[in-house]
Amino acid sequence: MRHLLSTTDLDRAAAIRVLDTAAQMAATQGRQIKKLPTLRGRTVVNLFFEDSTRTRISFETAAKRLSADVINFSAKGSSVSKGESLKDTALTLQAMGADAIVIRHQASGAPHTLAHAGWTEAAVVNAGDGMHQHPTQALLDAFTIRRHLTGGPGNPDGVGNDLAGLHVAVVGDVLHSRVARSNVDLLHTLGARVTLVAPPTLLPVGVGPWPAEVSYRLDDVLAQGPDAVMMLRVQRERMSTAGGGFFPSPLEYTRLYGLDARRLATLPDHSIVLHPGPMNRGLEISADAADSPRAVIVEQVANGVAVRMAVLYLLLAGDGDTAGTAPATGAVPALTSASSSGSTPATTAAPTTTAGATA
Amino acid sequence: MTSGTPVPDDTAAATAATVVLGEQDVARALTRIAHEILERNKGGDDLVVLGIPTRGVPLAHRLAARLAAVEPGLVAEDLVGSLDVTMYRDDLAQHPTRSIGATTVPGGGIDGKVVVLVDDVLYSGRTIRAALDALNDLGRPRAVQLAALVDRGHRELPIRADFVGKNLPTSTAERVRVLLAETDGRTEVVIESGTDGGAR
Repeated sequence: MRHLLSTTDLDRAAAIRVLDTAAQMAATQGRQIKKLPTLRGRTVVNLFFEDSTRTRISFETAAKRLSADVINFSAKGSSVSKGESLKDTALTLQAMGADAIVIRHQASGAPHTLAHAGWTEAAVVNAGDGMHQHPTQALLDAFTIRRHLTGGPGNPDGVGNDLAGLHVAVVGDVLHSRVARSNVDLLHTLGARVTLVAPPTLLPVGVGPWPAEVSYRLDDVLAQGPDAVMMLRVQRERMSTAGGGFFPSPLEYTRLYGLDARRLATLPDHSIVLHPGPMNRGLEISADAADSPRAVIVEQVANGVAVRMAVLYLLLAGDGDTAGTAPATGAVPALTSASSSGSTPATTAAPTTTAGATA
Repeated sequence: MTSGTPVPDDTAAATAATVVLGEQDVARALTRIAHEILERNKGGDDLVVLGIPTRGVPLAHRLAARLAAVEPGLVAEDLVGSLDVTMYRDDLAQHPTRSIGATTVPGGGIDGKVVVLVDDVLYSGRTIRAALDALNDLGRPRAVQLAALVDRGHRELPIRADFVGKNLPTSTAERVRVLLAETDGRTEVVIESGTDGGAR
């Protein structure tokens, strides 16, 4: 993995590897000392052009738990508000020696541009771009679903499992939701069956080829007994441009597509309820549903830290990805003398070939 | 191309390989180490046996089973755990990204306990240094001891094993492989010459 831009970049093995790594990271977060020295000396920049609390805090926590240095950069109060371009911002961060850039941007594709334009050597992590992708959110959702629905005694996190055979309903504002897009791709890759539930006005044009079923009726889908129900936030801030005409009234939306106590009671006993946050209580989810024991919404936040630790670990810890930014000081001797700094491997291999006086 | 004991394995065919410990040798070494641990610690009170993944974990389970068999009152499952050191290694940036193993600690924790670290091969000592750092984050043991099935020398740090199955003088060009029934289907210790035609 060089960057994490979209869940479509992950095949089944890669996705399971991230989730398994996250499980080990989560195990370390139950300890008294939660900090690990793994990314000591690396620099992670949180580059946020859009407002966010939990994603930015989650990435910041994850990087700090791995001992990386964290620089927070938000568009407000920076030179971006003076008109600086993404390119100049990227060049600045490169000059400061960023090893990873976590970017959230209102424009779909901004992380891709940052990763491939040659402005920076850093690993790029997409923390949400426009209405396109939010891969770490989908990974933490998959991690939470896997833990609850495939874990058992002896393997509480479901390590090594995929989501084959599970049915996940994704309900609400699919049109504006990068979370839904990332989840459809990732859940499908992991073998789950996904049903999108939304009013026709809140489904994107061209939803047909997505690897998911589509329904306009929440009650019909709940009657199928989905294993997990993911409620999406109604993104009112993205609805203002079209005059807000996506549904007649909030009350009607709540009646038809809101998860309330009555609908919750129709779910099978093992089903769980997810929400990426922040919740509009009383709109897409009622307080009864949000606070019920089967809602794992707070746990999603905790799992988010573990998943982001796993992503940062997999992107930054190895050698191949970060050859350009790895410390070239030679201060750390290699494990085997053959590969230590400067010397050619031949010099250590040559004089030892006859020394096999063993056993 | 070799006069050593042939290994019935296609992967080993390309390089010369010598079996230095068989299944019985490994079993005897572990039994002796179990007795030495009990002797050194005057019994099994407060013992915790932590294996370092991958091969150290099954070795730790075998060792704990022997400890429980020798010393009345010990229960193997309550002694044994695993300690992953990946995130504490000093060579992460020199290798492709490693997968992280599991860390499990027996219910009693490690505070005030005597922790015996178990690894298959003791070589540079860097894994053990990482393990000591990892232990430090888990708690404060009263003492830490080290058991290794094979000590092949070439230490790069001031680290020494307390219990050794077998000392194997090797050259750095050679490769020592510990195979265990739990992970590899058979139990033996093999030396492979790293460069062609090295082994006698």
